[in-house]
Amino acid sequence: MAAPEDLRFTRTHEWVRIDGDVATIGISDQAQGELGDITYLELPDVGERVAQSQPFGIVESVKAASDIYGPVDGEVVERNEAAVESPDLVNSSPYERAWLVRIRLDDPAQIERLMPADEYDTFAETATPH
Amino acid sequence: MTTEPTGEGTGQTAERDDGGAEHPPLRETPLRRRHEALGARMVPFAGWLMPVQYGGILQEHRAVRAAAGLFDLGHMGQVDVSGPDALPFLQAVTTNDVAALAPGGAQYSLLPNERGGVVDDIIVYRRPEGEGYMVVVNASNADKDVAWLRARRRDQSALDVAVEDASDRYGMVAIQGPKAEAIVNRLTETRLSDLGPFRWSDATVAGVPLKIARTGYTGEDGFEFYPASERVGELWDALLASGAEDGLVPVGLGARDTLRLEARMPLYGNELGDDIGPLEAGLGWAVRLDKGAFVGRDAVAAQREAGPPRRTVGFRLLERGGSARAGYDVRVDGRPVGRVTSGAFSPTLGENIGLALVEREVAGVGRPLEVVVRGRPLRAVQVKTPFYRRSAP
Repeated sequence: MAAPEDLRFTRTHEWVRIDGDVATIGISDQAQGELGDITYLELPDVGERVAQSQPFGIVESVKAASDIYGPVDGEVVERNEAAVESPDLVNSSPYERAWLVRIRLDDPAQIERLMPADEYDTFAETATPH
Repeated sequence: MTTEPTGEGTGQTAERDDGGAEHPPLRETPLRRRHEALGARMVPFAGWLMPVQYGGILQEHRAVRAAAGLFDLGHMGQVDVSGPDALPFLQAVTTNDVAALAPGGAQYSLLPNERGGVVDDIIVYRRPEGEGYMVVVNASNADKDVAWLRARRRDQSALDVAVEDASDRYGMVAIQGPKAEAIVNRLTETRLSDLGPFRWSDATVAGVPLKIARTGYTGEDGFEFYPASERVGELWDALLASGAEDGLVPVGLGARDTLRLEARMPLYGNELGDDIGPLEAGLGWAVRLDKGAFVGRDAVAAQREAGPPRRTVGFRLLERGGSARAGYDVRVDGRPVGRVTSGAFSPTLGENIGLALVEREVAGVGRPLEVVVRGRPLRAVQVKTPFYRRSAP
């Protein structure tokens, strides 16, 4: 699946959707495909901090556990309880139903340093998530 | 997103960059292109490039439990042991009683070391014609095992026995699951109903001459095939085509690991190792001290006398917090008592299960453990194993 054009991406395969000063964060279709069947999600509570390039959550598949990295700095204002309850949503709907957290951005300008969708697609073709 | 390996020996881990060290090229089975055409994700495992999954581990696992799965086991090793003294030689290097094998019989066994640890776990097949044996060994240990057996052969120079690494000659494919017999039946004249568990015989399947064994590593009924390696491709194609109507799917190493764990079958490098004894691994049933001398017998006998210091126990996690993985610490009342040897989300049970090697004083079904997952102790309870047992046909 090509990356949706309204999203920005990290080199660690997280995506961000911006709405004003709130960023919605998830993991990419390529990442869920590489992980395989997802069985567990660990996400920060509302009020906790997410920091750019720092792990803020964990996604586990049948075969491995992986850190999820903060694409930008901010404070968690909402987390997706439906995804926590049914982690397989990350496999079936990585860009829509399985968003992970919403954060209030400290510095909206940080977004500009993330990859646009077409650039991410090229990047993901040549790099597998580690 | 970065991936943390789930433990050694499982083949489930992402390849890690180790700083550019030289690796020998990965070996490939004759089925490599077929796997890629089937959409497999290929990973390095024990020096081989192998499929870890095709459609997904959960789907493949469930297909084996409900219908059937097809496995490429071309990475596993085969060692032919022949000559007039093949039996006394094998008796001296294994733990189980090879003399109990009738022609065409197979048995699970161990290659012990002198200290009472384990070099590898193996299946010993006595040839249907009666003379000679084939020993099937783990891919990760194949080279080590052959060297070990040759060294033991030199120790016993009076014996007239030949040890030959036949891994390149044999292909190996398995079909496992409740529909396995029906699928193979359509491709052979051999009466499979006459082939009991842990028996093998000569047969022709889909026009391919081979040995067919009623053995496996999933907890299901099924077969392992040993054709000549250059005919394994046509066998694979015929099985996959014949089985499609029954729900047969190709299955990778990922589901192979969750299937064997539910059935509480050990994995070398996890439940077994140079410093883990057969009794500690719960494999005392594969040790026959009464058969006579064998490598490491005194060490194993001493453990049986005194009781093994550690035991391998099954557990399930009682609270959420992720899966237990090999190497995670195990505690009781905050005190370290051992470590997880294998752990996973069980697709059949829908919960997190695992095996742990713990001090024997804390072992016992129903007793508590704490499994430390990413620094957080999660409550667990010891449960009976196997975690999954198939219902009678």
